[in-house]
Amino acid sequence: MFWDQEIETLPRPELEQLQLKRLRKTVRKVASETVFYRQKFAETGFKPSAIKSLADLRRLPFTTSADLRANYPDGLLIKGGHDLIRLHTSSGTTGKPKALFFSRKDIDQAAENIARCLTMTGLGKQDILQNMMTYGLFTGALMVHYGAEKLGLMVIPSGPGNSEKQLLLMQDFRTTAIHLTPSYALYFADFIEKRGVDPRKDLALRKAYIGAEPYTEETRRKIEAALGVEVYNCYGLSEMNGPGVAFECDAKQGMHVWEDNYLMEIIDPQTGEPVPDGQTGELVLTSLCREAMPILRYRTRDITAIIPGPCPCGRTHRRLQRITGRSDDMLIVRGANVYPQQIERILMSIPGLGRNYLICLEGLDEMIVKVELSDASFDGQVEHLVKLQSQITEKLRAEILVRPKVELVMPGSLPASEGKAKRVIDKRIL
Amino acid sequence: MSTVKLVAVFSENKPGQLERVTQLLAGSGINIQWVTIATSETFGVIKLLVDRCDAAFNLLKENGFTVSLIEVLAVEVQDQPGGLHTVAEALLRHHINMQNASGFVSNNRAVLLIEVKDLEQAKAAAVTAKLHLLSPEETLRL
Repeated sequence: MFWDQEIETLPRPELEQLQLKRLRKTVRKVASETVFYRQKFAETGFKPSAIKSLADLRRLPFTTSADLRANYPDGLLIKGGHDLIRLHTSSGTTGKPKALFFSRKDIDQAAENIARCLTMTGLGKQDILQNMMTYGLFTGALMVHYGAEKLGLMVIPSGPGNSEKQLLLMQDFRTTAIHLTPSYALYFADFIEKRGVDPRKDLALRKAYIGAEPYTEETRRKIEAALGVEVYNCYGLSEMNGPGVAFECDAKQGMHVWEDNYLMEIIDPQTGEPVPDGQTGELVLTSLCREAMPILRYRTRDITAIIPGPCPCGRTHRRLQRITGRSDDMLIVRGANVYPQQIERILMSIPGLGRNYLICLEGLDEMIVKVELSDASFDGQVEHLVKLQSQITEKLRAEILVRPKVELVMPGSLPASEGKAKRVIDKRIL
Repeated sequence: MSTVKLVAVFSENKPGQLERVTQLLAGSGINIQWVTIATSETFGVIKLLVDRCDAAFNLLKENGFTVSLIEVLAVEVQDQPGGLHTVAEALLRHHINMQNASGFVSNNRAVLLIEVKDLEQAKAAAVTAKLHLLSPEETLRL
């Protein structure tokens, strides 16, 4: 099913022609109308006229999240010429947040992209979407809300948390689709299991849109089994209009990036050099349609790869692999590069474990992985627990090349998250 | 001839874990007849023989503990030299490997609690060797 079949299946040469046209327009615009890019281009000697083909994208300087913070609040804002109707911020754990402006057209475009996304997964007017993402300064919930309304669904803006009420809404209004983070999905699955709710019998759920945090294929399968839904992976960031930058189609083999809206590149995060399709690196995005705050070559810090070749669904927009980590989430433990997602993937593949885990780094580079036991697997034999513990240790060591200390803890004893989960605590004295 | 059930509780190896278990049981008037704790470096398993086994199991589960019920054989051992040897010999003769065993003496009667992989086989061995297996009611009357 297509929302806008013409643009979604536009032949590559035409799509690239459209991209070039939009890129040149965007570059000219930011050069003349933003303080930040005027200065940046002057410093780096870049001239907008240098963009003659898409290959010239490489001549543009990168924009980083540090640039956004340093030019807070409005150094990247295009002043005038559009209806400025919204400000969002992107969380800064330290210092100033990133301020992100949206025009009426930007919000409408975000909704349009979401409508494409939801339609391609098979959602239609008859569906009911319970939006369990955070409403507020974070773009995640609102943009999906607008897109779903545009498509004509009934939206229940429940926000995250209060699982009791979520379940009640789901039961009483026969919710068919949900949008939430993977950690909340796992928590909620656990919650309904404890209530003795069988999602296949007692609920009408069909689809779950899961994003805002990286997760693994194993986690997808766990959520699908526990909630009786098809899980679709989605990707977006507030700097690029929020969610709906990339989304899985029904084939569930990677996320289509709306290439009429975004130019994507994968680079080596160390050297900044582009890598060929299929190779893993950092995703760099350039917005092509944003009006209030276009951003060029934005370093997303997200680690992924472009999937080469066409998708069975017929869309010509290329796909991204599941995000496997963030280049700034990478932990260096005893000299080895470790992504928390590697640890999650292993833990989720071992039977007998619960859904929560915590990685603690302590002392002089010691890694402790705390993992919840599952209620069902406990048979009272300490020997079996010891065996499970050493099996986890060995599998982790083989994957991350560091031998962690594994601690089994009681189900439900780790901080359960209803929003973005905090999986790493670094207390090293290095 | 029936087996005896123990309540096994998963416990993280940190202060206050046993105390929380015993407090809950005491609060519900459940009597602990016997207890054993097996620990590894970071966790342990507390095994309890109580007068109301199912009540204890449900109570602990409702309070967030990870629990399971284990079936064991309660073998009466003659409280005299060679008493334990008679039991050990019978199990050996039938190639029965004990996973865990522990004993206690109450009112001059000695009891050995045995966890084995194959309960039926161990029961048959006990019968052949003319060992006395205690029923749950008998263990409560000790």
